[in-house]
Parts: sequence; structure tokens; C-alpha cells
Amino acid sequence: MTTSRQPRTLYEKIWDEHIVVPQTEHNPAVLYIDLHLIHEVTSPQAFSVLRSRGLRVRRPDKTLATLDHSTPTKADLLYSNMPPGPAREQVKTLIANCEEFGVPIYDLTSQHRGIVHVIGPEVGATQPGKTIVCGDSHTSTHGAFGALAFGIGTTEVGHVFATQSLLQRKSRTLAINVEGALRPGVTAKDLVLAIIGNIGVGGGTGHVIEFRGAAIEQMSMDSRMTVCNMSIEAGARAGLIAPDDTTFDYLHGRPQAPEGSEWEKAVQRWRDLVTDTDAHFDKSVTIDANAVAPMITYGTNPGMVIPIDGVVPENGGDKAFNQALAYMALEANRPLLGKPVNVVFVGSCTNSRISDLREVADVLKGRKVADAVRMLVVPGSQATKKQAEAEGLDKIFISAGAEWRESGCSMCLGMNGDNVGAGEYSVSTSNRNFEGRQGVGARTFLASPATAAAAAVTGVITDPRTLA
Amino acid sequence: MQPIKKIESRTVVLVNKDIDTDQIIPARFLTTTQREGLGAHAFAEWRFDKNGELRSDFVLNTAAAADCKVLVAGDNFGCGSSREHAPWALLDFGIEAVISTSMADIFRSNALKNGLLPIVVDENTHQFLISHPGIDVTVDVAARELRFDAQVIEFELDDFSQYCLLNGVDELGYLLEQQASIEAWENERS
Ligand code: SF4
Repeated sequence: MTTSRQPRTLYEKIWDEHIVVPQTEHNPAVLYIDLHLIHEVTSPQAFSVLRSRGLRVRRPDKTLATLDHSTPTKADLLYSNMPPGPAREQVKTLIANCEEFGVPIYDLTSQHRGIVHVIGPEVGATQPGKTIVCGDSHTSTHGAFGALAFGIGTTEVGHVFATQSLLQRKSRTLAINVEGALRPGVTAKDLVLAIIGNIGVGGGTGHVIEFRGAAIEQMSMDSRMTVCNMSIEAGARAGLIAPDDTTFDYLHGRPQAPEGSEWEKAVQRWRDLVTDTDAHFDKSVTIDANAVAPMITYGTNPGMVIPIDGVVPENGGDKAFNQALAYMALEANRPLLGKPVNVVFVGSCTNSRISDLREVADVLKGRKVADAVRMLVVPGSQATKKQAEAEGLDKIFISAGAEWRESGCSMCLGMNGDNVGAGEYSVSTSNRNFEGRQGVGARTFLASPATAAAAAVTGVITDPRTLA
Repeated sequence: MQPIKKIESRTVVLVNKDIDTDQIIPARFLTTTQREGLGAHAFAEWRFDKNGELRSDFVLNTAAAADCKVLVAGDNFGCGSSREHAPWALLDFGIEAVISTSMADIFRSNALKNGLLPIVVDENTHQFLISHPGIDVTVDVAARELRFDAQVIEFELDDFSQYCLLNGVDELGYLLEQQASIEAWENERS
């Protein structure tokens, strides 16, 4: 069969497939949503709207709830022991709301609970070609599977509850071609930080990014998720990677993935989810993977980033730049290598999956966390925790002197009591180094799990490639 | 939502670029299950010192900023977290429009849904506004115009959002009217 259809990008294919009412000059499109993930922080006000207008959740079967943002990561504070206060109220509110509206929830006792962007893929709910939304900007993570996945606000959470649809305008498209291969010791996190440094924190605004090229094709799903996760840090609406055998192998056999003949049919469908040759992107950027070094941020947004052996740049009279350096108490033209740190955090939806934990364990094995450093290792989900424990990684962390916790967002945003102290330096595998993100006055260096682990054992910022 | 036709106010200027939603409303205030009362914590890290006292040197705390409904801010305003608590906090604080050279996508969408006007202007206009803090401006939603000092600047506002703002219509009502199409779409594919 031949069609005379115009070549389309992956984004356009998924978009076209989900249009309930097309976009016009005046009105946005009505876009159908296949999977709606929710958590305790951005959903309560949306449930209140349903209640006040006498509405129900239209498709509880396409809705999935978890608890992650404000939950404690200390086992003895979890479950019924959560200390009284607003966080406990928020958790109880989500559980009650899910019960009232019939929404499935991985609650505090569930084996599947974890950070919303870690569990979606883990249970196989995240699949190629789906439209996926969540009241959370890092929903972009799911784009690693060739799903159109993006963050929405709480009002829109209410829209999806009530109608399983959203009012949307089509985004522009940005191709990021990553040519070549990453050098040994350089990870997906380093690559995405280098990309954000290159295009800037507003470089993707109004766009959906498709990551393409040899370096992306060679990546594991965990690495692809790290890359798509941080698309939002470049301001992009979503990040996408075309699904391939790596994707299908990852999904095969997961609880919510199709089975038997349904699986074969699904894979056949999914193979069409690639950008057609000659399809048009509004913008293109090419990155040479060979030139990427381990990266680390020095400022207060993820675009303020340098190779780990570089020096803090200077930016003359730029007031905001100087304010960022003052906040970080850093000086221009000085290296970061050798800078003492107080806290090391391994976790968050960017880097808390099993391969991240293995990388950290590789560094920690037979070594000790430096005396002056407090190290927290927080798995992305209870299932990841279990897997890590089955592999004995927990013993490596604990005997090195790190704290091994229950899953959750934890120090990524410091809502649950896991904080970096005022004025302290942390090396963090999370995604945001904004002022105060990890605690009032906290100073964050974003880096890969390997770089974080290297800082933990040496007590100072260290190039992980120099630890043999 | 109340209809919004015009906003008339002096401006307050926050020159920083890339002001993220963690600055607009820090995460520790997100344990609320309501949308009211967040204004008290807007820009908490910048407005208050270590002891919780108002910092007199921060522009939003100055007498000149009192009752200002229009915030002029640096490039890429509202980046970061999708928290709708950010526009809720700004509105509760008394800000009804934000002017910048660019606005993060999710923030922009959240703002419009709550009647906070995100206004994107060109570099020159932005520079002028930055160097004239406290100037009287008018935001005219029907005309999609920003007026000040005998200047008239058109800003982009899609028809649909404009209609919703002018008439105080919320998008949920509109979406609910599409139920038949949504049902048909679902039936076709299941
Ligand atoms: S880990 Fe951090 S970035 Fe990811 S969902 Fe949780 S708070 Fe957001």
C-alpha cells in the first residue's frame, strides 16, 4: 500500500493519532490522554473541583496514583507512623480521594510504590505511542519510550479527570542529533547536562525535542529516561526517543505490558513510531558525543554547567549570573575540582534506577564515604529497592557509610524532611539546582551518579575517571 | 473565574532571568491541599531573611511595590516545576500580569487558566520597562494591548484564551461540551 502522505515526525504521528477535535485558528485541539499519572502534591485541588461540580473521574482505568513527593524515606516514619502535619494530611487526602473516585493507587504499603516517573515504566504502563500526562514537569521522562509525555498544571489534572482529554496547541519540533559515542566514564546525565548547557534553559521552550543519533540508539532505557527526564530543564514541552528493540525488550513481560498475540501486534504497531525520512523539524542541533566530558553545574540553574575539569566562567556585569555565584559562594575562573562537599544525594526520577545504583556501588565498593560527608542513597521505587537488595548493593552502600532509604523524591526537592542545610554544598544526581531547591540556603552541584559517588568517597569534587 | 478586561497598575521590576517556580513558591509550602493563602509565601526565599523578617532591601517589600499588580521580570520567567501553586501564589500576592521576553510553557498555560496574564514583549519594550520601574501601565485584554507612556504594544494572546478571560469562562466547561466527540473517539478505538 502506498500513501501520498507528507513525511511526519514521531511527535506528529502520536499527535495525529490522539486528536479528538482538531485545532483551528481560534480553538486549541482536544487531545486524548491514554495514561494519567497522579501524586499527592498536585492532585488535591483537582479532586476538589470534581467534587464541587458533581463530576466523576471519567476513566479510572487510565489513571494511576502513587505517593512520592512528601513521603518520608525512613522506614520507621512511613506507613501509619508518618508524623502528624500537612504532609501526612496530603498523603491521607490522596488515599481518600482515590478510594472515593475509584482510582488505583500504589499506596504506602505497595510493592510498586515509588517516584511517579520511575514506576510508570517499571510496571509497563508507559508504552510507545501513548499520550501520558502528570501534574509534574518531569513527565517528559516517559518520552524515552516514544510516548508523548508532558507535565500539566493542577487545573489540567482536573480536565483529564473529568474528560480524559486536554486542550492543546501543537508544539514546534526540535531535533537533537547526538552523533558518535560517549567516551568511557561519561554517562547519559553528562550528555543531557551538556545539551542544556549548549541550548540553554530556555532553548527548548515551545518545542518537543526528539533525541536522535547513534549515541541515543546505543543507550539503555535507563539512560534514555535520564536524557528525556531533563528535556524540561531546557524548557521543552516534552522529549522523545523513537522506540526500538531496546524499548521492546525492556517492556516485555512487565505487569501492564500487552501479552501473547497482543504483544506481537503491539510491537508491530510500535515499529512505525519513527520519524519519516525527510520529515521536517522546526529546528535542529547536532551534538558530538565524543566531545562530552563528565559535567557538573556551578550555578543555580541546570544550564550553568561545565566539564568537571573546567573553571567557573565569568560573565562580567550580568547581575543574575553574579547573584548565582554569590549564592553558591563560588568565584569565577576557579576550578571546582577539589572543592569540599557536605552532602551527596543519589536519587530522584533522573538517576535512581537500578543501573544508577550499580554505578554508585561500583565506586563505593571497598571504599568509605569521607568523614565530613553525609550520603543518602534513595532508590526510585520499592521495586528498585528490592532489586538492589537482591544484588547486595544495599550492603555496599551501608558498609561504606551511606544511608539506604525507602523510595521517594526525598532530597530532590526537600519536601519530606530530607534536606541539605543552609550554606552546605551537595553533589546531587537530581535535576534542579535552583536556589533553595534542596533546602533553604542549600548549594547544589548537579552531576552523574558516578561523579556523586566519587565526591562521596573523596569528600571533594572529583573526576570519576581518576578513581581507578 | 471572574471576567478580566483591563488591568491598570504601576509596575514592579524583578530583573532576574530564569526565575523558576521554586523561587515563586518553594516546595516546603506545597503540602497544602488548598489553593488559597499561598501569597504569604510567594518569593519566600527572597522576601524573608533567616529569622523570617521581611528584607527591606528586596524590591517586592518596598513601599513602591505596594499594590502593584504588574510584575516585569527577566527572560524565561516561570521555568522549572509545573506547580500551579506558582500562579496561585502570585495572584494571592496581588500580581495580575507578568511581563517578560519569554515565559516557560507550563507556567504560561497555568497562568492563563487562573486569570494571571502572561505578557511577552520584545527586547526594546522590555528594556524600557526594566529601566522605568513604577511606570503606569494598562493591560487591555480585548485589544491585546499593553499601553504605557503613550506607547501601544500589541501582545500575543490566542483567541481561545482571550475569550475565556474576557468572559470568565473556564476551559473545563468547554471540554465537557466535547463529551460526545470524546465518547465517539473512545468507541472507535476500543
Ligand atoms: S524526584 Fe524530584 S523531579 Fe522527580 S518527580 Fe520527584 S520531586 Fe519531581
